[in-house]
Amino acid sequence: MGYDPANPMVDRITDIGPPHYAKFHPPIIANNKGKWLYHEIPQAGVLMHKSETGDECWTVRVGAARLISIELIREMCDVADAHCDGFLRFTTRNNVEFMVDSKDKVQPLLDDLASRGNKFPVGGTGAGITNIVHTQGWVHCHTPATDASGVVKAVMDELFDYFTSMKLPAQVRIALACCLNMCGAVHASDIAILGVHRKPPMIDHTRISGVCELPLAIASCPLGAVKPAKAEVDGKEIKTVKVNVDRCMFCGNCYTMCPAMPLADPDGDGIAILVGGKVSNSRSAPKFSKLVIPFIPNTPPRWPETVAAVKNILETYAKDAKKYERVGEWAERIGWEKFFEKCDIPFTIKSIDDYRLAYDTWRTTTQFKYTNHIK
Amino acid sequence: MAKHDTPLLDELESGPWPSFVSDIKRQAEKNPDCWDILGQLELSYKEKITHWKHGGIVGVFGYGGGIVGRYSDLPKMFPGVEHFHTVRVNQPASKYYSTENLRGICDLWEKHGSGMTNMHGSTGDMVLLGCRTEALEPFFWDLTHGMGQDLGGSGSNLRTPANCLGQSRCEWSCYDTEETCHHLTMHYQDEIHRPAFPYKFKFKFSGCPNDCVAAIARSDVAVIGTWRDDIRIDQAAVKEYVAGNFASNGGSHADGDWGAFDIQKEVIDLCPTECMWMEGGELKIDNAECTRCMHCINVLPRALRPGAQQGASICVGAKAPILDGAQFATLIVPFMEISADNEFENLIDFIETIWDWWMEVGKNRERVGETMQRVGLPTFIKVMGIEPIPQHVREPRSNPYVFWQDEEVPGGFERDVQEFRKKHAA
Repeated sequence: MGYDPANPMVDRITDIGPPHYAKFHPPIIANNKGKWLYHEIPQAGVLMHKSETGDECWTVRVGAARLISIELIREMCDVADAHCDGFLRFTTRNNVEFMVDSKDKVQPLLDDLASRGNKFPVGGTGAGITNIVHTQGWVHCHTPATDASGVVKAVMDELFDYFTSMKLPAQVRIALACCLNMCGAVHASDIAILGVHRKPPMIDHTRISGVCELPLAIASCPLGAVKPAKAEVDGKEIKTVKVNVDRCMFCGNCYTMCPAMPLADPDGDGIAILVGGKVSNSRSAPKFSKLVIPFIPNTPPRWPETVAAVKNILETYAKDAKKYERVGEWAERIGWEKFFEKCDIPFTIKSIDDYRLAYDTWRTTTQFKYTNHIK
Repeated sequence: MAKHDTPLLDELESGPWPSFVSDIKRQAEKNPDCWDILGQLELSYKEKITHWKHGGIVGVFGYGGGIVGRYSDLPKMFPGVEHFHTVRVNQPASKYYSTENLRGICDLWEKHGSGMTNMHGSTGDMVLLGCRTEALEPFFWDLTHGMGQDLGGSGSNLRTPANCLGQSRCEWSCYDTEETCHHLTMHYQDEIHRPAFPYKFKFKFSGCPNDCVAAIARSDVAVIGTWRDDIRIDQAAVKEYVAGNFASNGGSHADGDWGAFDIQKEVIDLCPTECMWMEGGELKIDNAECTRCMHCINVLPRALRPGAQQGASICVGAKAPILDGAQFATLIVPFMEISADNEFENLIDFIETIWDWWMEVGKNRERVGETMQRVGLPTFIKVMGIEPIPQHVREPRSNPYVFWQDEEVPGGFERDVQEFRKKHAA
């Protein structure tokens, strides 16, 4: 039995979808679904959900790298087998949740997790930072402008205290996307770490005919900067493209469509910081993250400048914001001019939008605050 | 025994946060190919640039998605990652697992792949990172026959739907997100596995306006739980909060020095519609003015609950920035009942109305939110057969250039300029 390469379509099974979720509910969940009354966070990383049946679900939330091995997953299974009737779950932010059905089972679970070195940090709840959602970076992607796992590890090491405590004004969601495609969708995060390119694509005339549909490459540019052109390869004239570099915004969409137009570069690439986004509708509407630091060079393995920039914004916010205020709500209340002043971040022309719909972000009122920007 | 020196990566083994470097090394002891992940990544750290080639079309027979091709651009130096394809396995709704199931997946990935994973990818799939092309069909055979599981989406198709954990472990969820997600995932297996769309299309299901699965920021159709009657209040519990006997926000601020709980300052004054007040020791809400933002419910979880007449708001067209900038999803249906009783018929009808239109008019690699921008919200609302209501906009338009239609103006557009000239000399 098993796959037979000579007869690949024999006994083939397709379109069966994922397993039914109810097979994986631990008993405490299966018995109380739809009956939950309220929850509490007795300590950072521990949640208690109370059911109308009187049952309590105690959840221990554990941070994990997004990039994990099956050896580590098996160890997570060992923990779940020992404490949680053989069930566990993952959150949308790459945390792992171990659930037990009574308070007295929590401490043994916490002790077990703590005995396994730094593999299972408990936290990520309430008014703190939780796991950083992120993309692949140099570990597994062809378009990144920075690494993902390494930057995240460096930032989380520095901010670890905020993961294991709940002392911020509100939850702070940090996210990283390693290029402007934003597979990580960092566009609505309190603090976004974004890989950016700064050099236009090169054109590999020797490869372009074989790997690229020229009209698609030309159409891929949102600013019409990619134009048809001719070039000479091995003494023969070929059809190719050229790039009007003055119009290039370094989005990389042409490279996505045409492998003969690579744009990554060790000096060109780096990190931008955007802040003030949120997804929740709580109090104020969802907000986009705004660009406050246009470029920080890539400095592996620990990206100290990026780590310092994130920490500075987080701690300035922590000192100044009111209870419940998200980073973006704080920045809007004090005014973005005050945000730059308080964070001591230089305001540059790069933070003024000059793309489509930019006018929405220009200030069209005489209301402003006098900050150190006004000489 | 390490195959490559990795002095830069080794610096990421210290510190309190779990180290992916230590973890890959642990996996490399079992599967030596993983040393080449570290070797190639070390080179990227040194040179500050990726060493993965652009794409590569690979997959399993009959599917147009679920596998993402990936090849090293230094295969001689790092043969263990010469082919290093991504396999997306459709996660169970809510991401609960039995250890039996997870161990099965681990065994399968030990047999066919590198042993490295992402739990989970941004869209929701289990992401198995790194296998050779010739391993794909045997893996798929074992996944379907041995595990009874299937691949997720990639490319211009319906991407793997995802949900917050909803009613399974949350008191706020206004519909059964995991049942909705599972039902629609099963209903649309063909659309997930065989790309037929202009571009990717995503569903996400959040149980309440806190939107823990980021539906409004990330999905083409965002189904976000809400209610249409009154917030349920337990006045006795309100008194306990006011007396300081219950921790506000479930205790989420316990480690900060915020002083005693103040219901006026922390709830009533932060209500965006100013529709709450205290009267005779009771918390009053003018529910007709409430926009269901969740703040008061978040702060007083033992006293306040969403109303009992529950359903969802449907928003359409969110996307990340590529290309015309990021978009949030736009509110199209303020309230829809979401029920397994009619097999989600109204939601399915809504989705398929969008698809019928978008598959016709959407351009290559145009998300539906971009198509909406291109044709305008009025056109989209007409296509959907929905009455325009003020809830569709934040404010009415300020520019006066309305596209009136021929049939809307008495006498139509056709006029005789000669007749006009008889009364108006040139």
